[in-house]
Amino acid sequence: MTCLLSAEEVTVRYGSLAALDGVDLCVHDGQRHALIGPNGAGKTTLLNVIAGATKPQRGTVRFAGRNVSRLGPAARARRGINRIHQRPAVFPTLTATENVVVAALPRVTADPGWWPGRRRRAARHRAGALLEQLGLADLATVPAGHLAHGQRRQLEIAMALAGRPRLLLLDEPAAGLSAVEVGRLVEVLQALPRAVAVLLVEHRLDLVYALSDAVSVLRDGQTLAAGTPDEIRTSPLVRQAYADGVA
Amino acid sequence: MRDRVVRWARGAVAALVLAGLVVAPWVVDDYTTALLARTLALALVGVSVALLTGVAGVPTLGQTAPYAAGAYACAVLGSRISDVGVVQLAVAAGAGAVLAALTVPLVVHARGVIVLMITLAIGELVVTVLGRWRSVTGGTDGLAGIPAVRPFWGLPAFGSDQARYLYALVVVATLVGAVLVLLRTRAGLLLRAARDDETRLRASGHRVPLYLSGAHIAAGAIAGAAGSLLVVAQQYISPADFGFDTSALLLLGVVIGGTASVGGALVGAALVIAVRDWLFGVLPGHAPLVLGVLFVATVYLLPAGVDRVRGRWRPSGPPHRPDAPAAPDQATVAELRR
Repeated sequence: MTCLLSAEEVTVRYGSLAALDGVDLCVHDGQRHALIGPNGAGKTTLLNVIAGATKPQRGTVRFAGRNVSRLGPAARARRGINRIHQRPAVFPTLTATENVVVAALPRVTADPGWWPGRRRRAARHRAGALLEQLGLADLATVPAGHLAHGQRRQLEIAMALAGRPRLLLLDEPAAGLSAVEVGRLVEVLQALPRAVAVLLVEHRLDLVYALSDAVSVLRDGQTLAAGTPDEIRTSPLVRQAYADGVA
Repeated sequence: MRDRVVRWARGAVAALVLAGLVVAPWVVDDYTTALLARTLALALVGVSVALLTGVAGVPTLGQTAPYAAGAYACAVLGSRISDVGVVQLAVAAGAGAVLAALTVPLVVHARGVIVLMITLAIGELVVTVLGRWRSVTGGTDGLAGIPAVRPFWGLPAFGSDQARYLYALVVVATLVGAVLVLLRTRAGLLLRAARDDETRLRASGHRVPLYLSGAHIAAGAIAGAAGSLLVVAQQYISPADFGFDTSALLLLGVVIGGTASVGGALVGAALVIAVRDWLFGVLPGHAPLVLGVLFVATVYLLPAGVDRVRGRWRPSGPPHRPDAPAAPDQATVAELRR
């Protein structure tokens, strides 16, 4: 089975510190792939490399069979790599609907015709459906800067989905959420269409095991282990890495 | 219901102001009418500054450059080729847009104070070129005796300050209306998003530099058109009309009025010109002091500008949550300092 996303020999150095040191990763179409590891293992750096926000010194990133290593974040997003950031990144002065409309515009399909505003109307229609799906319909006209943390997180998920992603990068999506909000997040992620592959970075292992069907473990910028959630759960190497990392 | 009342009240205030501007030349003397025409030209440049600074988040001290390009293009055209107002207006807007397009690579990739410095340098360079290119610009003496314009082919040339003022008013109202319509389209939405979080916008797949380039060129065209109005109002121009003090006053006016608001930019520019030119007679030599006090008072009392006073009467969604960061309604002075 070919990889939808493959990272090969990715190396990122900050001076003498190797944040990533020859990391390989393969995410299949529709797969829920988790990336775990102790703090400083290089998880977010790897997401940055995949999203195009960080340029590696060495290695290549391929997406849907094409080398995207030289593309910036915008071009990768247009190809279907969308991201949810560690801290919800929304447009604070725009309403919730406008936030989703903005995210939807690059990949929205408008009705055929010549009249102006078709793309925006199609994007607005999609935004309405997504806000409904994520339980934000009542807040559609509220500026995003007025939303609570959990609501902004939901909004960012709606924005990511509005871009019709083929690969969704989730960077600690449960950080700062209440138990109720985490429950809703899990529901939303489980309800994602199987056409969307997910690469999840998360510290909460219960979430990782509930949501993913493949797990890669990073430590000190290198791949320590990779396998199914059950294999990773019982791996002594992984237990040791976490014990060292926490200590 | 409250939304409708607020919208109705805003429309009524705008209509009243417009009606006041229409009847003004029959109420005030010729000097004030001419001053109002010049104020309208500067207010239009203020709108271009607000479009860049407040809407797109690219602070600028260099809108006097396309303003000057438009004015000189109009003056040269008016003196040598055509006295038709719409032709001069189109050529002036084109000249402003071309100059802005030439400076896009310098401006669009820089941010914050660096943009301010680059745009300031561009403005100063343009003034220097105007002062030295004597064969075309008349050097520091400027261009005098520019013929009066006729609005369209076949119509008589403007022979009074009233006519010139009303022409300026029609042009400013039309262009401001066009800007307001533009801000309600997808382009306006994307520019506001770029101002809020450029990185996030890029991560959504948008070509942010392209949008900012478009805004820069559009603002240049507006400033160029304003230059044409200055020529119509004064029939004389010199590099002194486009110096650093004009740039600073424009930015000051826009900050006082409210950077993200077209109406605020108009009010701010009018306020600054009123203080500078009208108070000059009442308090000789003290106008800069009054301007300074006005600026400091605005920054401390209304950091988002005079328009914020009006904003307090707008419906603003649910009450602010203490756990959520405040959402800026507009780019504030603090943001310009970034």
